[in-house]
Amino acid sequence: MDVLIVGASVAGVATADTLRAQGLQGRIVLLDADPHLPYDKPPLSKQALKPGWEDSKGWLRPEAHYRDNGIELVLGRAARALDAERRVVTLDDGTALSADTVVLATGVRARRLPEPSMLPGVFTIRTWADSRALRDELARRPRLVIVGGGFIGAEVASVAAELGADVTIVEALQHPFQQLFGPEVAAALASRHTAHGVRLRCGQGVDRLEGDGRVERVVLTDGEVLDADVVLLGLGAQPATDWLRGSGVELADGVVCDQFGRTTRTGIYAAGDVAAWWNPVTGVHERIEHWTTAKEQGTAVAHTISGDERGVGKVPYFWSDQHGGRLQFLGTSEGHDRSEVVHGSLGSDEYVVLYSKAGRVIGALGLAAARHLMRYRLLVEQRARLAELEVAS
Amino acid sequence: MKVRVDEDKCCGFAACLSVAPKVFDIDSDQIAVVLVDGELPEDLHACAREAAEACPTDAILIEE
Ligand SMILES: Cc1cc2nc3c(=O)[nH]c(=O)nc-3n(C[C@H](O)[C@H](O)[C@H](O)COP(=O)(O)OP(=O)(O)OC[C@H]3O[C@@H](n4cnc5c(N)ncnc54)[C@H](O)[C@@H]3O)c2cc1C
Repeated sequence: MDVLIVGASVAGVATADTLRAQGLQGRIVLLDADPHLPYDKPPLSKQALKPGWEDSKGWLRPEAHYRDNGIELVLGRAARALDAERRVVTLDDGTALSADTVVLATGVRARRLPEPSMLPGVFTIRTWADSRALRDELARRPRLVIVGGGFIGAEVASVAAELGADVTIVEALQHPFQQLFGPEVAAALASRHTAHGVRLRCGQGVDRLEGDGRVERVVLTDGEVLDADVVLLGLGAQPATDWLRGSGVELADGVVCDQFGRTTRTGIYAAGDVAAWWNPVTGVHERIEHWTTAKEQGTAVAHTISGDERGVGKVPYFWSDQHGGRLQFLGTSEGHDRSEVVHGSLGSDEYVVLYSKAGRVIGALGLAAARHLMRYRLLVEQRARLAELEVAS
Repeated sequence: MKVRVDEDKCCGFAACLSVAPKVFDIDSDQIAVVLVDGELPEDLHACAREAAEACPTDAILIEE
C-alpha cells in the first residue's frame, strides 16, 4: 500500500513514523509547501525569537531519519487539488501524485487583516520564515504593536519585552483570555503583562494599519492612533482546506472525520489542526489546535489505516510560555459555569484553577504548577463530580 | 544506560513523573530534569524506557 501524506508537520510526521514502525512496506510520501526540513511550530513564538537559536533544535526529526525509514520528502510544493475518487493529488507545478491512501494534515493558516493593511512590517507567525523575519525585527528593539492578546500574542509580547522592545497589545475583549478562562484568571494574566512592562489596550478593535511603504500606525476603532515600527497579528487561524473545496471530502470548520480519523471518503484520512474529529464524549465534531492532539491524531490515523481503531485520549493538553512562567491546560473550559483556585493564588506566580460545568470537572489550568496539575488529569478524564471532590478534601 | 531530557522539546506534560518518579522531576521552569547522575541503575531501566515511550514530545533521550 502506498500512502501520501499532505502536510509534513507534527501530525503528518507522526503518521509516517507510526506506519513504518508498524512495518508498512509500501511507499510513504510526505508532501509540504514549506521548503524547510519539517520543524516544530511552538518554538517559533518562543525561544526561536531570541538571538542564538539554532534551527536544528526545532527539527521534528534529523534529515537522516527520513532516509533511514524510507520516507520520501517532497518539500516546497503545495497541493492544489484532490481527486477523492481516484486518490490523486495535483501539485502547484502540475505534477499529479497518486496513492492508495491519502492523509490530509495541512494544519491552519494565520488570519490576516484586509490586504491594504498588510504592509511591510506586519507579521503573522505560522512558519519558520515568519519567525526568522520577526526575530530580525525584534533585535532592533522596535515599537511593537500586537493585535490580539491570545497565546501567540502573549508569547511574542513576553519575548519582545525581554529583548527590550516597546510592546503594546490591542485586545478586543476587556482582558485577553476572558472568554476562555473567565474574568478572574484573565485579570491575573493581564497583570503579568503589566508587571513586565507590556501595555494593554483592551476593549477596542483595530480599524486599519497605515504607513508609507511600511507600517507606521495602528488605527483603533475608537479613532486612537498607536505608532508602530512592527505589528504582529495574533488573530487566530483558519483550517487550510481551500485546496479541498470541490473534492467531495466533507468540510465544515475543518475536515469532518469520525473518531478514528476517517473522512467521509474511503481511503482518505485527516489529522491535526485541520481535522474536526468526532468526539464521542461531547457528541460534536471538534477541531483542536494543540500540539499533542496533532501528534496523537497523526499516530491514531496510522493505526486506523492498519485496521486498528485506537482513537485518541480524552483529555486535550496545551502549554504556553509567558513571562518566564509556563501555563498548562488540561481538558476544556468551554461552557464552564464555575472555576476555583485549588492550589496557590491568582495574585501569585503559581496556581491551579479547576473548571467545572453542571457540577462536573471539565478542565484545569496551571501556572508554573505541573506537579500539582498532573493530579487533576484523572479527574478531568473521569469528569469527576465536584461535590465528591469537596468531600474528599 | 544514560538518560537525558531535551529542554527545548519538553512541554511539561509530566508523564515521566508518574511513570518514573525515581528518575525524573520537574524544575521551576516546568521542564523535566533527570535525578540520576551518570549511569542509571539496572532496576530503573524499565521505567525510564516506559517514560520515554509515554513522553508526548519525545523529549526523553535514552543512550544505551
Ligand atoms: C507560533 C506557534 C506556537 C505554538 N505554540 C504552541 C504551544 O505552546 N503549545 C501547543 O500545544 N501548541 C502550540 N501551537 C500549535 C501547534 O503547533 C499545532 O497544533 C501543530 O503544529 C499542528 O500540527 P499539524 O501537523 O496539524 O499542522 P501544522 O503544524 O499547521 O502544519 C501543517 C503543514 O501543512 C503544510 N501545508 C498547508 N497547506 C498545504 C498544501 N496545500 N500543500 C502542501 N502543504 C501544505 C504547511 O506548510 C505546514 O507545514 C503553536 C503554533 C504556532 C504557529
